[in-house]
Amino acid sequence: MLKIMLRHISLLTLTLLILSFFSFSLAYLFPGDPLVNLTGIRNSSEQGYALLAQQYAMQDSFISQYWQYVNHLFAGNWGLSFSSGLPLAEEISRSLAASVELSAYALIFSFVIGLPLGFLAGLRHHKFIDFSLLSASVIGYSIPVFWLALIAILIFSIQLGWFPLSGRISLLYDIPYQTGFILVDILLSDVPDKEFAFQDALQHLVLPSVSIAIVTCTIILRITRRSVIEVMNSEYIQAAYARGLSPRQVVLRHGVKNALIPILPLLVMQFTTLLTNAMIVETIFSWPGIGNGLIQAIYQRDFPAIRAGMLAVSALVLTFTITIDMVIQIFDPARRRPEHATS
Amino acid sequence: MNVRRLHISISSPVCMVLVCILSLMGCSPEKNEYKHPKGIIYCSEGNPASFNPQLDTSGTTVDVSSHQIYDRLLDFDLVTGETVSGLASSWTTSEDGLIYTFQLRKNVEFQNTSYFTPTRSFDADDVVFSFNRWRDKNHPYHDVSGGRYPYINSVGLADLISHVKRINRYRVEITLVRAESSFLSNLATDFSIILSAEYADQLQAAGTPELIDTQPIGTGPFKFKSFRQDRYVRFDAHPQYWRERSSTGQLIFDISPSSSLRLAKLMTGECDSMAFPTHSQLDIIRKRKELILDEKPGLNVGFWAFNTTKPPFDNPEVRKALAMAIDKNALMEAIYFGSAIPAASIIPPSSWAFQPDSKSSIYNPLGAAKLLRENGIEEGFSMTIWAMPVERAYNPNAMKMAELMQRYLRDVGIQANIVSYEWSTFRARLNQGLHDSVLIGWSADNGDPDNFFRPLLTCSAIESGTNRARWCSKEYDTLIDKALTYTNQEDRAYFYSKAIELINEKMPLMPIAHAFRYQAYRDNVTGIEINPYGGIQFRNVSKQ
Repeated sequence: MLKIMLRHISLLTLTLLILSFFSFSLAYLFPGDPLVNLTGIRNSSEQGYALLAQQYAMQDSFISQYWQYVNHLFAGNWGLSFSSGLPLAEEISRSLAASVELSAYALIFSFVIGLPLGFLAGLRHHKFIDFSLLSASVIGYSIPVFWLALIAILIFSIQLGWFPLSGRISLLYDIPYQTGFILVDILLSDVPDKEFAFQDALQHLVLPSVSIAIVTCTIILRITRRSVIEVMNSEYIQAAYARGLSPRQVVLRHGVKNALIPILPLLVMQFTTLLTNAMIVETIFSWPGIGNGLIQAIYQRDFPAIRAGMLAVSALVLTFTITIDMVIQIFDPARRRPEHATS
Repeated sequence: MNVRRLHISISSPVCMVLVCILSLMGCSPEKNEYKHPKGIIYCSEGNPASFNPQLDTSGTTVDVSSHQIYDRLLDFDLVTGETVSGLASSWTTSEDGLIYTFQLRKNVEFQNTSYFTPTRSFDADDVVFSFNRWRDKNHPYHDVSGGRYPYINSVGLADLISHVKRINRYRVEITLVRAESSFLSNLATDFSIILSAEYADQLQAAGTPELIDTQPIGTGPFKFKSFRQDRYVRFDAHPQYWRERSSTGQLIFDISPSSSLRLAKLMTGECDSMAFPTHSQLDIIRKRKELILDEKPGLNVGFWAFNTTKPPFDNPEVRKALAMAIDKNALMEAIYFGSAIPAASIIPPSSWAFQPDSKSSIYNPLGAAKLLRENGIEEGFSMTIWAMPVERAYNPNAMKMAELMQRYLRDVGIQANIVSYEWSTFRARLNQGLHDSVLIGWSADNGDPDNFFRPLLTCSAIESGTNRARWCSKEYDTLIDKALTYTNQEDRAYFYSKAIELINEKMPLMPIAHAFRYQAYRDNVTGIEINPYGGIQFRNVSKQ
């Protein structure tokens, strides 16, 4: 187990180093002064500039500049945004939290819908309900997320007026920032009429999380369906029937568990797909997340924000993927890759 | 195996889950059953550059700061356009028109915020500080936040005033270099705001003077709370505000640059009012019964300015011929969707200096072609039309207008090329005079006609970058200066009619349209009034 952990941690460290190196070279690849692109401080005085150049070791070799950059990253000094002039570390952790929150709810949502439907389709293999769920999932999978989001706004916000179309909560509520997760922040805050604020935030969540969840939902449905079909055709299920167990007992005792275990990691991995979709949907629903932030940064040519934002997103996805992979390998020895070459 | 039984047994938990989800979704749509905190949300079009309108003439900065955070010595009556008392309860003028004495209102409190607690109420020191900041180049605050005061420079206010003196705690005396009848109007504009001298001293002692423009303090009806770029600006009510006021809750500017998003938010009730509906959205707003659209003729003019420093546009006959080639009435429908009136001069009809019988160009393509040939402009002559990249009331779609004009000019044998850049680059290159002609316009900052004549066409306005024709005429400047030496409107109107005649004769620019101004809001909101003289005011706005 220690070996697995070590292997994963070194893989993570190495990849993160490469990523940070890439983000550092972005400062050189973007137009303009690399030091300005790194710090985000424009129009600084001559002395200020010299001081910054010293801090970032700009006179030294590329490698020592990179080393200083990594030090600054770890110190939480990610530079300032060109457009707002605020520290990027704080800006990005705020918006990243908003994106993660949205993706998390969407993931829960797609589990709650996708898993049961996948079981239903799998158990009724090659029956009408299976075919109709399968076709529905093909349709759901083929719909572009942004189009779906726009249609949802058109119908549910503008025509029916059921849900609001922008933001995380009505601006009339001023929820102080604590964790970055709006629902948690509401509960921690001491605003009057907390339950109304909570309800309002939930309303704001529905449309964006559903429009992201639909694609993931169809993927989960198909994965689950395939796994259930395989399990239900396996010998031990037949044996269970032979022992006289009722179909309900067979499915609940043997089917569910055995169908779920192999696909669980696959399902959790959907989180990264979800995060990417969330970044698209955010711009449509004016959700103050990292995707929206990055698009704005690109529009405004806010190079420090693009650099730090990309680093943050890729680091998050990478850490998440490698950690999940590690956990799986620790708990499911069947999936371990052979450590030594087999002849 | 028994398939049917299996189906029933499996699908029942699935059904339960689905029912749960549906009921969960179903509980949220019961909209407006619960009460939100009190407040007005205004969907605005962009980020303010700062919270001090002295520093920026952009409408976005003015809207967010001028009438929310601050007050002025004088205000405009929104109906009559006359200057009425503001922080100055009364004022007197000396006989020669050089000395103005202002009696200040007592017990006017500054805002008490998380970053500043005032110890005294508003008095003469605040007035002296606010004026000297832009007037006196050696003032410690003059160069804070860049030291540029565009509006004040464009009307020459700093050079007009020779002294600002405190007589006693509630009396201030302002001495002018020369008598100028537009002086009081300039004090009532969005830009002549009163800052807190006590706050400025405190900031200076702390070594952070630049905070005065980003964490503002004023005497206005709302106090600044927070600003997040691209997201919102929050204000709380100023509880000790000196005037009566109907709204007591917070005020929030929801920053939404896309006008379709603003409209969508207005429809769903996420905004109570929206900034700048586009002309194509007006019918949609009129059709929704829960939305109200107010319209008022605006104090603005959209025009086509010729660069009079570049041949052949230095020849008035060529300029007149080009103006004759364009059919203004066709532009009204195609560009303004009927929400503007064709302009006969640079002065809109709602101004007292308007000349009902003044005649600008008349559409006559044959005459235009003839006049062009006479002045040596042959078939196939090519020129540029610069079309501004942003939407303004006075010209909602300069690009499309330029395309239409391209067609008209082709009819008289002129090849027009359309040029456009990103807005700040566009203005920078205009200031360099790189254009042949440009489609642009002007919105007035106060009710005084001088606010059209001076910035648009005087020689000194070339330098400050508002004279897009780069036209400089001694005769015109004399007329405009003379008009200001009289206080009587009839006397002044005489000079302005002469100036309009001169413009029509020399045609440095072709006036195109005066556009209406619009304000869209929901029907449960009252008290929103269009301010023809500048930024939006929320003092009297309330919501049921």
